[in-house]
Amino acid sequence: MPPVSLATLRKGARGTVMDVRDDAQSLGDESQSTVSRRLLELGFIPGEPIEVIAEIWPGGDPMAVRLGRTLFALRRREAGAVLVSVEGG
Amino acid sequence: MAALATALDATRLALVGVPNCGKTALFNRLTGSRQKVANYAGVTVERKEGSFVGPANGTRYRLLDLPGAYSLTPTTLDEAITRDCLLGRLAGEAPPERVICVVDSTNLRLNLRLVLELRDLGVPMIVALNMSDLARDRGYRLDRARLEQELGVPVVETVAIRDGGERQLLDRLERLPPPPPLASTEWRDPTFEQIQQTQREARRILDAAGYTEPVRRRMLESLDAVVMHPVAGPAILAVLLFFIFQAVFSWAALPMEAIDAGVTRFGEWLHAVLPAGPLRSLVVDGIVAGAGSVLVFLPQILILFFFILLLEDSGYLPRAAYLLDRMMGSVGLSGRAFIPLLSSFACAVPGIMATRTIPNVRDRVATIMIAPLMTCSARLPVYALVIAAFIPNRSVGAFNLQGLVLFSLYVAGIAAAMAVAYALKRTVMRAAYHPLLLELPEYRWPDLRNLALGLWERTKVFLQRVGTIILALMIVLWFLSSYPAPPEGATGPAIQYSFAGAIGRLLEHVFAPIGFNWQISLALVPGLAAREVAVGALGTVYSLSAASDDTAATLVPMIAQTWSLATALALLAWYVFAPQCLSTLVVVKRETNSWRYPLLMAGYLFLLAYLAAFVTFRVASALAG
Repeated sequence: MPPVSLATLRKGARGTVMDVRDDAQSLGDESQSTVSRRLLELGFIPGEPIEVIAEIWPGGDPMAVRLGRTLFALRRREAGAVLVSVEGG
Repeated sequence: MAALATALDATRLALVGVPNCGKTALFNRLTGSRQKVANYAGVTVERKEGSFVGPANGTRYRLLDLPGAYSLTPTTLDEAITRDCLLGRLAGEAPPERVICVVDSTNLRLNLRLVLELRDLGVPMIVALNMSDLARDRGYRLDRARLEQELGVPVVETVAIRDGGERQLLDRLERLPPPPPLASTEWRDPTFEQIQQTQREARRILDAAGYTEPVRRRMLESLDAVVMHPVAGPAILAVLLFFIFQAVFSWAALPMEAIDAGVTRFGEWLHAVLPAGPLRSLVVDGIVAGAGSVLVFLPQILILFFFILLLEDSGYLPRAAYLLDRMMGSVGLSGRAFIPLLSSFACAVPGIMATRTIPNVRDRVATIMIAPLMTCSARLPVYALVIAAFIPNRSVGAFNLQGLVLFSLYVAGIAAAMAVAYALKRTVMRAAYHPLLLELPEYRWPDLRNLALGLWERTKVFLQRVGTIILALMIVLWFLSSYPAPPEGATGPAIQYSFAGAIGRLLEHVFAPIGFNWQISLALVPGLAAREVAVGALGTVYSLSAASDDTAATLVPMIAQTWSLATALALLAWYVFAPQCLSTLVVVKRETNSWRYPLLMAGYLFLLAYLAAFVTFRVASALAG
């Protein structure tokens, strides 16, 4: 299974973080680079287990994830930078 | 001079740590109530400093509680302040000689990267493993000595919420050699690869120190399943907010009346003992009445902050921000704007103070700017007066017409706030997209001591800073309303002959197009102090006994006869925006540290109020005519 973007995952999905992309170029948005940096700083690093534990209805945005043992809330736009290898999917 | 010498001798310490690591609790534990809350020069970030004396050898310490930061590469103003202070880049702020890095023992994976980053800065550092008792109880395992060895800096266990929980830290602090001369600190933001490297190093150290985390308790899992549920979550939040709103309104009523009565009685007593004359008038009408009008807000502020601190300490607030992100985001506000806005229905003053919980400075300022549009309780007397005089008390379907009008005034305020927020975020407050990336900390039992200290701190800030400015303005207002004294044989009320009276007649030129007569225009002047004063002022202007409680009752037939319906409706429309509240403007000045925002606020509110009243007056006149 090729890694997918965290933004595409729904509640209950589990997997492993593979990478955090620096999306500054592709999105043409400098703030995205800051987001990618902060994601790394918060521990979104390769090998960490991740699970989507909640999402807001309708649309599922923002979402809440468990990374290792810590919970984070983030919007799908931010989640787009995180690449996840999905478990059993 | 002694105090100055002490300050110079004291060793400068700084507390650093990620948000939610219990840093403030440790700060409170170390310094007790010897704290000073201010702002960093030129910015809206709160600066907390305290002092304490080492128990063993009497070393004096000045402890600076730096804002929470995940990293030395800042994404918020708070984090920028922390970095700049550590690097000695902050004007007027000497860099710390030692750093205490506070880490949450139950969340070391998130915390340790910052420790490594700080260690590499080269400032002498002690790592405080905070909440170490909680970590042990919950089944976390860690070899402290090994961690110390791996990190190469002292590591101590602390329990900020327990007596003596700081002992090991103090002990270690006092045994450190005297601080070395400050090395110049260089700092360059790490590359992505370097961050990942540091993270790997952090994990290697944790593994080496035998750090293991227990599985999260089932109960907490279930709690989150409900609290963050897409349907149940918002419902719980709504109930909670409704309860807080109720509490701020109803619990505060009794103490507010008591304060009001106390101030009145004190004023009466002063009135009796002081000789008649300008001094008595200044003290009783200016100072005591002025200070009283401010003091009266204290119960609301305390109750509100009690709940905010409770929600903050328990870990619920970030979850609420998550739940509300979408709704508030639709007008460009942060989810955290909700509580300040809700409390602004009681009074914009505590509401604006509550915006301190909004981390992003632009979101915070935008929230401050629209807070006065929430219909505060001080507007109620004005609404009540006008509605009683002009709106017939009859049923419309299942509803009461007067109640419907009142409700629609509230709705108008909310709608205006949303529109203004939307406009602000697209014009003056325009900012790049603000990402949402929130840590949702573990639930915790709030600590009573911290709660009490937090409330005490708010009380001090409110009374000292706001009280003094409002007092000064009250005195100015008293002067304007009292001088010059009415001439011999004057028939009208004294205020008519004063500067305020002259201002009122000048204002009439401005307000005539929106249907206000000179009496209303004049009442708006003392109404600057507090909106409900306008009712009393109208009473005075209409030569009634203003002091008695039934001013409104006697005023009703009077204004019903003399005002047109269009004027009355225009006044209601005016008060939806009602820019004339000095307390609010002063608090905005204090909270944003500049005159820019209060002036902008007064300007836009005045404009909107005028526009709304103008349209209302013209349309109503046309329809009536």
